[in-house]
Amino acid sequence: MLRAVDVFSPIAPPRGARGLHRFANPGRFLRLAGALLPWVSAIGLILTVIGLYGGLFVAPADWQQGDAVRIMYVHVPAAWLASAGYMALALASAASLVWRHPLADLAAAEIAPVGAGFTAICLITGSLWGKPMWGAFWVWDARLTSVLVLFFLYLGHIALTRAFDTPERGYRAGAILALVGVINLPIIKFSVDWWNTLHQPASISLTGAPKMYIGMLWPLLFMALGASLIFAALVLARLSAAVMERRVRALLAARAEGA
Amino acid sequence: MKRKHRRLAILLAAGLGLGSAAALTLFAFRDNLVFFVTPSDLASRGRAGETLRLGGLVAAGSVEHTTIAGDPAVRFRVTDGRTAVNVSYVGVLPDLFREGQGVVTLGTLAPDGSFTASEVLAKHDETYMPKEVVEALKKSGHWQPGSGPPPPAATWNTLSAAKSGG
Repeated sequence: MLRAVDVFSPIAPPRGARGLHRFANPGRFLRLAGALLPWVSAIGLILTVIGLYGGLFVAPADWQQGDAVRIMYVHVPAAWLASAGYMALALASAASLVWRHPLADLAAAEIAPVGAGFTAICLITGSLWGKPMWGAFWVWDARLTSVLVLFFLYLGHIALTRAFDTPERGYRAGAILALVGVINLPIIKFSVDWWNTLHQPASISLTGAPKMYIGMLWPLLFMALGASLIFAALVLARLSAAVMERRVRALLAARAEGA
Repeated sequence: MKRKHRRLAILLAAGLGLGSAAALTLFAFRDNLVFFVTPSDLASRGRAGETLRLGGLVAAGSVEHTTIAGDPAVRFRVTDGRTAVNVSYVGVLPDLFREGQGVVTLGTLAPDGSFTASEVLAKHDETYMPKEVVEALKKSGHWQPGSGPPPPAATWNTLSAAKSGG
């Protein structure tokens, strides 16, 4: 069954705007996203350029890894965002299942490909680092395997949401898959503490001193912040396009009915 | 109870059930989820002829390089601080291999308790420091890399002597 009122249609009656549901209004979202997008992308790009320059040219080489340590400046932010992006996907899925939030379905569908891209970057750069440092491109330890599972969860979500004739059914199935997959996030995070792995434990924690020289740390933090904003900008742009696509479809459908 | 509250309750209950199931499964399979066993594990549970991965630190002063029929060969001891195992390996070592470094070796346990490796991987730890910092730590006597893991991060991660020390 299609929903009785298509809130994406510009001719739909306005919904009551109370509490968090004010942000569920696609028109309000489009205006907000349009205002935010240039700032988020510009600041994200500037921070990334500073971080990349710092990481590739300013930061010292590691005493053991030499210049191969610089792969970290791409690998670690990509890994953080792979997990954080999945958390965003899960939150959008929960909002879709529980509150029937009209933007949440589209948000989940648009977050997944971006998250899959960051996960792929994380896996590829990690593999390129692993060969010269460990002596192997890939090993089946708990950290690497759980991140590969994360990549497959993203791909599964992308495929599942697009596998149904009625988009609503796809969104529903995708939301359930995304929420089941949340169990993988603590496994990724704590795999290096719970089990013996080849992958090293975290160098940076909220509680202890960073186990990284400060001259190597600051470009990493710039990269992490810049990559987060780029992730957000990609999702905002994709989501705005998706909302407008829904509106165009609704207008065309209304015109076809009227003719 | 409103419908959205019921949906939230169902979601939370499903999450709790799934989380407990996953936790129990992971706990039950904990021995199979490790990538390698430590020398202590090997001493208590290892069976001769078993193929497994052994991991630990390369003991200081234990590395002997030789050649067997023209191939590079190496003998070293892998330790976890309590027990050590003699390892022999024929082949090329990874660049990061050194005394005091973490390694993971794939091989078989011999009846005499020694280990014949067919593959040696270097395990990098979570510390990242430039050469100058390592030199400064060596000079001040705080750390000899061959002896084991580096000192607490707070003692070196903002070391200002780094620039003049090198």
